[in-house]
Amino acid sequence: MKIVVTLRKIAERIARTSSFRLTLLAVLSAMVVGAFIIVLSDINKLQNGDILGAIKTVGSAYWALVIGSVGSLRAISATINSATPLILCGVSVAVAFKAGLFNIGATGQMLAGGMAALWVGFAMDGPGFVQVPLAVLAGALGGAAYGAIPGILKARTGAHEVITTIMLNNMAGFLVLWLLKTNLYQREDRTDPISKLVTAPGHLPRLFGFMDNRPDLIAHAGFVVAILAVIVYSWFLNRSTTGFEFRAFGMNADAAQYAGMHTKRLTVMAMMFAGGFAGLAGSAEVLGTYGYASQNFAGNIGYDAIAIALLGRSTPLGTLFAALLFGALQAGGRQMQANTDVPIDLIVVLRALIVMFIAAPLLIKAIWRIKVEPTSLGQAFRGQGS
Amino acid sequence: MQLELRGITKRFPGVTANDNVNLTLKTGEVLCLIGENGAGKSTLMNVLYGMYKPDEGQIVLDGESVVFTSPADAIAAGIGMLHQHFMLVPVFTVAENVVLGVEPTGRLGSLDIDKAREMVREVSDRYNLNLDPDAIIEDLPVGVQQRVEIVKVLLRDAKVVVFDEPTAVLTPKEIIEFFEIVKTLIAAGRGVVFITHKLKEALNVADRIAVLRRGQVVGEVNPKAASESQIAEMMVGRPVQLIVDKKPHAPGEVVLEVKDLSVVDADGRTMVDHVSFNVRAGEVVGIAGVQGNGQTELVDALTGLRNSTRGSVALDRQDITSASPRVRHAKGIAHIPEDRQRQGLVGGLSVAENLVLTRYHDEEFSNGIIMDWPAAHHAAENLIAEYDVRTPSPDVEASTLSGGNQQKVIVARELSRPLRLSIAAQPTRGVDVGSIEYIHSRIIKERDTGTAVLIVSTELDEVMALSDRLLVMYRGKIVADLDPKVTSAMDVGLYMAGSRPSNTVNA
Repeated sequence: MKIVVTLRKIAERIARTSSFRLTLLAVLSAMVVGAFIIVLSDINKLQNGDILGAIKTVGSAYWALVIGSVGSLRAISATINSATPLILCGVSVAVAFKAGLFNIGATGQMLAGGMAALWVGFAMDGPGFVQVPLAVLAGALGGAAYGAIPGILKARTGAHEVITTIMLNNMAGFLVLWLLKTNLYQREDRTDPISKLVTAPGHLPRLFGFMDNRPDLIAHAGFVVAILAVIVYSWFLNRSTTGFEFRAFGMNADAAQYAGMHTKRLTVMAMMFAGGFAGLAGSAEVLGTYGYASQNFAGNIGYDAIAIALLGRSTPLGTLFAALLFGALQAGGRQMQANTDVPIDLIVVLRALIVMFIAAPLLIKAIWRIKVEPTSLGQAFRGQGS
Repeated sequence: MQLELRGITKRFPGVTANDNVNLTLKTGEVLCLIGENGAGKSTLMNVLYGMYKPDEGQIVLDGESVVFTSPADAIAAGIGMLHQHFMLVPVFTVAENVVLGVEPTGRLGSLDIDKAREMVREVSDRYNLNLDPDAIIEDLPVGVQQRVEIVKVLLRDAKVVVFDEPTAVLTPKEIIEFFEIVKTLIAAGRGVVFITHKLKEALNVADRIAVLRRGQVVGEVNPKAASESQIAEMMVGRPVQLIVDKKPHAPGEVVLEVKDLSVVDADGRTMVDHVSFNVRAGEVVGIAGVQGNGQTELVDALTGLRNSTRGSVALDRQDITSASPRVRHAKGIAHIPEDRQRQGLVGGLSVAENLVLTRYHDEEFSNGIIMDWPAAHHAAENLIAEYDVRTPSPDVEASTLSGGNQQKVIVARELSRPLRLSIAAQPTRGVDVGSIEYIHSRIIKERDTGTAVLIVSTELDEVMALSDRLLVMYRGKIVADLDPKVTSAMDVGLYMAGSRPSNTVNA
């Protein structure tokens, strides 16, 4: 009983202090629900009445998650590798969010940027210190160009970016498929859609490349690019004039127009910035992780990024940590599948639960029994004159 | 039923919103609760309505102490509340809205809509509300929607009805009708609590007026024996100038020249119809008119937020008809917009950021790429002090400020630079007495420095008091050009309604 009271007191303080704590509680809640799912999925043990065994499964599954994500240098490297495109795409979605736009198109922009970076990657053959930055830049520009399309459509015609970006994702997928069958991109000795290889000096250098005997540490300099992107995003948002315009426009478009901001230009710029960050993610994957492109190198990253931006409340640090968390779950999930019978699909469930709990702060407050003064109710009765 | 609030105290972190408040409401009387922004009126009513739990004190109904833990308890005890923002489903009929939540059901639980119609008709007849149960809400004018809300409250058998700033959204004619309804309610033995900051209305409708200041009831006055300035002084805590104090104006050269201007709205309707007028330096020109007669579109066209379909606008003889808002701003046009929540402020940004919202690109605050936030912050602190904006710090979100203080932020931002023309739309809408006085004095001060001032307001008293020249707008046209010193409010009212006084030869 005493523990419950103490826990409640802690929870109360958490609720008052910040939304960061609320996010932690959401993650914790997701883990708790996830534990039940693990137990249920281990139906044999339950049928045999082996409750202890079921609990052991939960313990070893979560322990594998930890070990697989941060338990060793190799695990940390895997986490970093998974998190790199998630950070960049997370920032992509976040910067659009800040300007009041929903960028569902990070996948398409990532593909466009990746293909642009790839071309520089195989067309040139060093020197690396020229080719790599050039390829990364090409990726950003390719993504920005592809992001500009829904921006212009919205500014000119009012077409909603949610619809157009989803459609453009499909188009990008088929565009990549077509490109991979052209002489320009297709690997000479292949008939399936697979690209030429990035030349040796064009690869993003491995972060742990200085360790000669550890080729398993796959994390690459794309992570550095991602961290720089977060810093640039933070600076842009808080220090730059355009960042201020983005924030004002995102929170109140009418007021932005009243204040003389060029709202159509802001719409196009926001989508271009978003596309640029996603394009960087594409180049990181192509130049760092794979060294070539196959049809679907963007995977689900562009969609996961929406959850990441939501989880991180679109702030620079929040987005970074959310992406690192998702990356860790990804890396740890592989370990979990290997060590226990729990399938990696549980990670998808966990992520979905986290997002669900984040989207329902009142649910979190109800679960953890946090009493809050209904100050928000005051809104309904906020008089004009009082 | 007799309602008593005894020693109600409600504290929030850092503030005591209600401090030992005692109030009594008897059956069949109108108690008016008047006070400045942040005086604690809404908090007190939220306590009464079960939304807040008071820290001390009790609510007593007919001699019995009651505790409300939710609005449902308050409703069950016979307390009804009309919020400023209506809670109606726009696509439902009047009858459907009224029975929402207390639906009369037939067999098998189906909605008995005939019974619902009957209920509406019955209440409507008894209180003279003149409602059609089958009308769709979104087709009805605001004043009628309010009556639907009243029926909702009455059908839930409210003995005490609380109105929160009920007249803020009504036209002058609807206000008169509303007061009639209040009298009917009283005659039927209900009690009414009327929250307002408008002195005239309080004197007009109340049986007793309780004045709140800083969470305390500073006094109760009898409206028959009290004057406006007396109540205003109690509200603010110092003598208040209710009449705008201004010297005779000295108009100079023409600053704003509008010629044959027409503007259409999004649906293609002509809202401004061949309008011509000018405003001189050092002159306040007021535009009176009932809401929706083209004032909004006119201001939008003058500030560059909307294109005109014909005619021209010139500032200091330079054509600015198609100039962007940014260009007009740079030429020295200030704009206090009519809707501060929607246009004038970004609620989620800080007070300091809002104070540079239209000026962030000036050299003073940015080099074109990077913001100089320390400079903006410094300027904000000065403006907050100069314009007496009550805020805990420049860094709090603007949405947390009271209406009057939000308006002061806008006025500070717009008037704190050299200007040629200042356009103010509804500059004191929903603003308390103390702030109104201050904003008016600022506008007159701006005039006296030689700025041309255009005031657009639906508050007749306000335009009459501020203007040196008064234009009346009706259905998109300027129908009168008057001297407010020699024109009666009655005559202006007639022009606003589209007719003209028989004994004058103005136009």
